[in-house]
Amino acid sequence: MAIEYLGLSEINGSLIALEGVQNAAFDEIAEISVNHGKAKRFGRIVECYKDKAIIQVFEGTETMSLTNTHTRLTGHPMELGLSPDMLGRTFNGIGQPIDGLGPMDAELYRDINGMPLNPVTREYPRNYIRTGISAIDGLTTLIRGQKLPIFSGNGLPHDKLAAQIVKQASLGDNSDEKFAIVFAAMGVKYDVAEFFRRTFEESGVSDHVVMFLNLANDPVVERLITPKMALTAAEYLAFEKEMHILVILTDMTSFAEALREVSSSKGEIPSRKGYPGYLYSEFATIYERAGIVSGVNGSVTQIPILTMPNDDITHPIPDLTGYITEGQIVLDRQMFGQSIYPPINVLPSLSRLMKDGIGEGYTREDHQAVANQLFSAYAHVGDARNLASVIGEDELSDTDKKYLEFGKAFETQFIGQGENENRTILDTLTIGWNLLKMLPREELDRIDTSILEKYYPKDEEMR
Amino acid sequence: MQENNKIYGINGPIVYIKGVTQFAMGEMVYVGKQKLVGEVIRLDSSRTTIQVYEETSGLKPGDLVLSTGAPISVTLAPGILNNIFDGIERPLGEIAKKSGMYISRGINVDSLDPNKKWKTHMTISKGQHLFSGSIIAEVPETPTIVHKPMVPPNIEGTVISVVPDGEYTIHDTLAVLQLDNGTNYSLTMTQQWPIRVPRPTNKRYPASKPLVTGQRILDTLFPIAKGGTAAVPGGFGTGKTMTQHQIAKWSDADIIIYIGCGERGNEMTQVLEDFSELTDPKSGHPLMARTTLIANTSNMPVAAREASIYTGITLAEYYRDMGYHVAIMADSTSRWAEALRELSGRLEEMPAEEGFPAYLASRLSAFYERAGMMQNLNGTEGSVSIIGAVSPQGGDFSEPVTQNTKRFVRCFWGLDKSLAYARHFPAIHWLTSYSEYLQDLAPWYSTYVNKNFVSDRNEIMALLNQESSLMEIVKLIGSDVLPDDQKLVLEIARVIRLGFLQQNAFHKDDTCVSMEKQFKMMEIILYLYQKSRALVTMGMPMSVLKQSDIFERIINIKYDIPNDKLNLFGIYYDAVDEFYDDVLKRNA
Repeated sequence: MAIEYLGLSEINGSLIALEGVQNAAFDEIAEISVNHGKAKRFGRIVECYKDKAIIQVFEGTETMSLTNTHTRLTGHPMELGLSPDMLGRTFNGIGQPIDGLGPMDAELYRDINGMPLNPVTREYPRNYIRTGISAIDGLTTLIRGQKLPIFSGNGLPHDKLAAQIVKQASLGDNSDEKFAIVFAAMGVKYDVAEFFRRTFEESGVSDHVVMFLNLANDPVVERLITPKMALTAAEYLAFEKEMHILVILTDMTSFAEALREVSSSKGEIPSRKGYPGYLYSEFATIYERAGIVSGVNGSVTQIPILTMPNDDITHPIPDLTGYITEGQIVLDRQMFGQSIYPPINVLPSLSRLMKDGIGEGYTREDHQAVANQLFSAYAHVGDARNLASVIGEDELSDTDKKYLEFGKAFETQFIGQGENENRTILDTLTIGWNLLKMLPREELDRIDTSILEKYYPKDEEMR
Repeated sequence: MQENNKIYGINGPIVYIKGVTQFAMGEMVYVGKQKLVGEVIRLDSSRTTIQVYEETSGLKPGDLVLSTGAPISVTLAPGILNNIFDGIERPLGEIAKKSGMYISRGINVDSLDPNKKWKTHMTISKGQHLFSGSIIAEVPETPTIVHKPMVPPNIEGTVISVVPDGEYTIHDTLAVLQLDNGTNYSLTMTQQWPIRVPRPTNKRYPASKPLVTGQRILDTLFPIAKGGTAAVPGGFGTGKTMTQHQIAKWSDADIIIYIGCGERGNEMTQVLEDFSELTDPKSGHPLMARTTLIANTSNMPVAAREASIYTGITLAEYYRDMGYHVAIMADSTSRWAEALRELSGRLEEMPAEEGFPAYLASRLSAFYERAGMMQNLNGTEGSVSIIGAVSPQGGDFSEPVTQNTKRFVRCFWGLDKSLAYARHFPAIHWLTSYSEYLQDLAPWYSTYVNKNFVSDRNEIMALLNQESSLMEIVKLIGSDVLPDDQKLVLEIARVIRLGFLQQNAFHKDDTCVSMEKQFKMMEIILYLYQKSRALVTMGMPMSVLKQSDIFERIINIKYDIPNDKLNLFGIYYDAVDEFYDDVLKRNA
């Protein structure tokens, strides 16, 4: 029988200190009950000394006093029960079912911290996922096993975009029974969680979804656990049940905020903007849990969503994320203001794995060239617009005028599309070529002459 | 004694022992039941502080800490090349065999295979007097590289017995030395060396040879010398890793040590896959045969990330001692600096700028100073060049890691976000970058490439600088109002940017370009400039010049002239002449 410890020596925010403990291990989980109540709270040992343990309580320390608690150490780190039955279920931020369907029979329990994947056993991701969205498929192609975050701002339609990706990726050419979604919400509004639930239902994938919900009014510390719960479930389904898992994590900003809150209550030395120095390592242990393992027919693809505080891409949260993830999709408030959906600013957006997953044998041989040319032309549009704002549009050279025209068409026809519009890769490339045709041919300096010969649309093909 | 060495407290990767212990500073220790590897980093009379290189969850106060009596060291012997290690030289391939797809903790594996027999040719004979660093044998380690086991530093003596040529493991005795103090010392292929101590050399040579990378903007505009140091700073997505990959693939170093320090797992997998398939243009064997990867991905323990940089440079120094030219790619030093910051925070040290510890600058300088072209103890010449990626926060070069790195490197290849957004790669900006090696390498360029090389290079730089000041005006009033000679400068600068500076890493001819072709490309661009300027001086307007496609044709030379058909350049000289005559004729 495990020992129960009565009372505490200190309570500070979400941290409690327990003295006179024996055999406490670092990272171990403790169960705490208050006033002999039935409801148990959970906490994790974040620091331990000879006979003293500092415990971080997930559900918060309200109503605890120095005398009314009973604490029991479980002897193991935080674990999540796993089973294929998880599909279609909804859990709270610390992995307890909240959908009213009762407890789940776990096949096995796994430490939610996971272990780093050995680079030797990884397989380099090369299979692209068709999302049906031109700006993504054409310019920042999503690859199976990739981690591609959406950098957004408050009020921008990142949820809509993520939902569209889920819908179209799951119903597209890649559709099969082995596809599933793991959805983790950290500190999001009820409406957002509800929006996703409804979307999954409408697109008929809800029995292939595992949801972990930590809503805005749920305990802050739980948020630190939620993404790890979700990824543990994802890894299990992908690498042991050989499924292709798409993980949506929203909103990583709340996760980082929670980390900062806890760090400061522990009295740690802050680095940038008050975030702890280990923010990068913490992010990495989450994002790096995407990938493909050689010899296993499953994959974990991550689409984390984060809202950039004040739309600032150099803020530590998007900045550190960008250094770990394999690219980013950046949403832009100005384009949103012009009612362009999806408002993806393609210039800072990037998919690092794209180059190896497109072209001959994957999409089409001209894909990379078209993408490069569109990027470079659209970058030029920016220069032309700046110039026009100084000297007026009339004074521009003819070429620059054509660029302005191209820019407008690019934003409305290529980037802009319907919320339910599902374009094939060939549609996307054709739109791209038709747009490039608006520019003088000698401006197309990123495309090999032979490809230009083959694909540059003849006049009769235009329309 | 051992009774004292019980864990008192644990805080993340830092473990404390209370009271006085017999541990030495920097000593390697085993922590807890799983024997996690750790290092002693601070000692005082009240407690000993240890940083642990593996995840500490599950450790308990009261668990034992075992001494090893030696500082954190690497094993140096054949088997290092064509291999992938973690930050403390544990082979990831062996770990995968033991623990499957995940890296579990407390795994005890030999750094190098102790059972493999290596074909050995002994190069010493009985009675010979050997010094520190003397080469004792030759072992073909990979098809490309001959490993040369040496007498370890600080050992000197006379050979009293030698084994015949044959196959030996790395721990077999190859020869016995009688030391000056009369004791015997058995020589094997293996040496141990502490990672934080530079290996000794005789002296340092000044930089005189370039590390040829096949990348035009580097070799021509901002060259790095063999034994030199370079920093590649850039925000995310600007192509730091691509630049490092290109140098690792195509540079003329003998050996590449690639340190993935706190970076992505998929990237290391990519290097491993690519380098096993690609062939080294010099030897015709796979690139992995001259490469060692050190992978401490961002989700691996942070303390080992701090060590990985030192592990890498120690391996590099060891091969340098054999007389090889080694290049280190450190991707990225910012992650290493952040590991220092994280550990320093856990130790509750007083932070300096942005939370980084005050010793950041001295650690960086100590690391970069281990580079150099050296005369080794055995008289051979070898070099270690360091190319360190820097990931500045928010892409802002004024942050402490970039600024401190800038003080200690002589080559600065600044990556630029706006170039990357326009997909101009490599996105190295020609105005912010510099190389201090230019002067040192000028004699080499005149001797081995062409005597006009340096003056051509300076002319190209001058044109780019003129373009940038002209662009200031263009931004205000548009390009139409410029006089024709200035329009010509803009046009030629465009040719330089698109045709010369931009380089396509995915094109078979363009990915690596010989010095000769680089020079010829410069010459033809300048020839075009010279001819066009003559036309403009005669009053021909730029609009007439631009009717010709000659500018586009020169831009496409990089694709249109294969690397083995450089005689095709003749055609382009004729084309420029034709263009000149044509414009003259039509506008006479």
